[in-house]
Amino acid sequence: MENAKTLIYDGSFNGFLTSIFVAFEEKAHIADIHKNTISQNALFSETETIITHVDKAKRVWNGIQKKDHNAMKNIYFAYLSETNGIELLLYRYIRKLFANHTSIHSDYSDGLVLKINQLAKSVSREKHRMEAFVRFQLAQDDIYFATIEPDFDVLPLISKHFRSRYADQQWLIYDVKRHYGIFYDLEKVEIVSLDLNENYANSIHKSDNFVHEEYSYQELWNNYFKSTNIKSRINLTLHTQHVPKRYWKYLSEKRQAI
Amino acid sequence: MSFERTLEKLTILADAAKYDVSCSSSGSKRTNTNKGLGDSSGMGICHSYTEDGRCVSLLKILLTNHCIFDCAYCVTRKSNDIQRAAFKIQEVVDLTIDFYRRNYIEGLFLSSGIFKSPDYTMERLIAVAKKLRTEENFNGYIHLKSIPGASDELMREAGLYADRLSVNIEVPTISGLKLLAPDKKHEDFIKPMLKVKNEIIQYGEERKIIKSTPKYAPAGQSTQMIIGATGESDKDIMYSATHYYKNYNMKRVYYSGYVPVAEDSRLPAIGTQVPMLRENRLYQTDWLLRFYGFGVRELLNNDHPNLDIDIDPKLSWALRNLQQFPVDINKAEKQILARIPGIGMKSVPKIISARRFRKLNWEHLKNIGVALNRAKYFIVCDSSHWERRDMDANIIKGRILQNSVGKFRKEYGSQLSLFN
Repeated sequence: MENAKTLIYDGSFNGFLTSIFVAFEEKAHIADIHKNTISQNALFSETETIITHVDKAKRVWNGIQKKDHNAMKNIYFAYLSETNGIELLLYRYIRKLFANHTSIHSDYSDGLVLKINQLAKSVSREKHRMEAFVRFQLAQDDIYFATIEPDFDVLPLISKHFRSRYADQQWLIYDVKRHYGIFYDLEKVEIVSLDLNENYANSIHKSDNFVHEEYSYQELWNNYFKSTNIKSRINLTLHTQHVPKRYWKYLSEKRQAI
Repeated sequence: MSFERTLEKLTILADAAKYDVSCSSSGSKRTNTNKGLGDSSGMGICHSYTEDGRCVSLLKILLTNHCIFDCAYCVTRKSNDIQRAAFKIQEVVDLTIDFYRRNYIEGLFLSSGIFKSPDYTMERLIAVAKKLRTEENFNGYIHLKSIPGASDELMREAGLYADRLSVNIEVPTISGLKLLAPDKKHEDFIKPMLKVKNEIIQYGEERKIIKSTPKYAPAGQSTQMIIGATGESDKDIMYSATHYYKNYNMKRVYYSGYVPVAEDSRLPAIGTQVPMLRENRLYQTDWLLRFYGFGVRELLNNDHPNLDIDIDPKLSWALRNLQQFPVDINKAEKQILARIPGIGMKSVPKIISARRFRKLNWEHLKNIGVALNRAKYFIVCDSSHWERRDMDANIIKGRILQNSVGKFRKEYGSQLSLFN
């Protein structure tokens, strides 16, 4: 294929949108779009490193909004799925969006549209799960602290939920897989990165980092969790379907079961 | 108050409250104001699931399990020899706040045994909710039990602090109630229900004129019925449920398979299996009534007083009404699509959206998420391959059962074990 190009961006969503801008502007045949952290040898295509440009990103985003408001959420959510090759899928999706007069986000009989929709749905499900499975522990410095390890990069999506719910307490949710967290200081939410020592993880060993009563509350909660179960209705298949085992180490009520 | 004592009380009073199946935390519109604590404007959240697979959304406890009544089906009845305990109002408030701040729960579900009098009990439930709202600026979800026999004034006050109120009818028929709960009168259940319904309507009307009118039980009211304790039919249960949905504007009716908690000649013996499959079929019927546009008489009537155990109620209805099929997926209206077995209310809008772009075939339907193993006998689509043979209901049913795996199959499919 002639002039097939691979675009490499900095890994940010704005960087991705800038790549889309460049792809449209240069009318190039795009072989792939990927993050600079992934090293790939593009044997048959030339590569171009994209420098993130907020204005260009905004123009693309506004264009999408004008064209099909409902597609925005799908694009952003599907992007956060971090699925292999998601950038190229989204590039094709956005091209389709602009090529059509009608809004195509609801064309569930189109393979690509359905795929983006399903990815967005998975991310949305993970977002909801994290809103449920975050377990705060009160640290000595008066911050409610939680560690999570979500399947997808959902921290940007859950920020608003926690901000409006816990407006009167400082909290920090840290994604140990992606090495960053969101911190609310009673005024605003900021992105932070930390040097986490072992003790912060939600482990069985008690840590001095947390207030003494913290472990009493966990015991009360674990106890409540047991007491509210009806033994004659036991259904462990259903239980693990709702609370998959990979999340157990972050849930104090399930920690002993590991 | 020592930690050990609180732990003990929590164990006793959570254990006693668990037979109330409602744990819903959705449908309220309470937003966080003035940087307070909590918000219940979104969808409900299940923060965990117990090993029986039920959602844990709320801290569900009794204020006390001391009770002056002696209802046969209830673990807390006065003649039962069990440990008794009572929370102080402040203890419940503290537990709720400390659990909520750690993101364990969406809020509180507070019920109680009836001590001294219904009004005395109701006052204390209200005191907890009031304290949470006014002293702690708590905007999480609060579900209070309406105590049968509580006065109208108290019910009016309760709705100002609670998101949802519920009174459990427990026994679907009046004769059953007389048998199992001789101290309770049917009217005592109905009175607070009616009061709450009327207040909701009145506050709703007032808010149309004065926007600042306070919210009254914004998540509505619900009730619960025990299944399989007295000999009632599915028709009795669902007609009764329909009555409460219609006449008391219930948001939800819950069905709770009876868990034997005492030896009593009037009730199934301890160790009797909980009728979970029957419960499941009743919930499916409930959904068909509320979201799929079915009328209760179509699903249950004198010719058909009980639901089929081996197939779901929609399929059962379709097999009795084969003259209404096949349906053309590319033309049928929404209400008709919703009646096809294997097509749920998630697929219906997708089909309607997608068919604006092109005619749908089997492949499209499968990708959208339609359960073709059931649906294929009832539809035609953009394909020359469809089931043209005139099959009668029994043949269709047999084929569907042969080609599918139901989660409850082991409980009734004894013939399958031949091959194991």
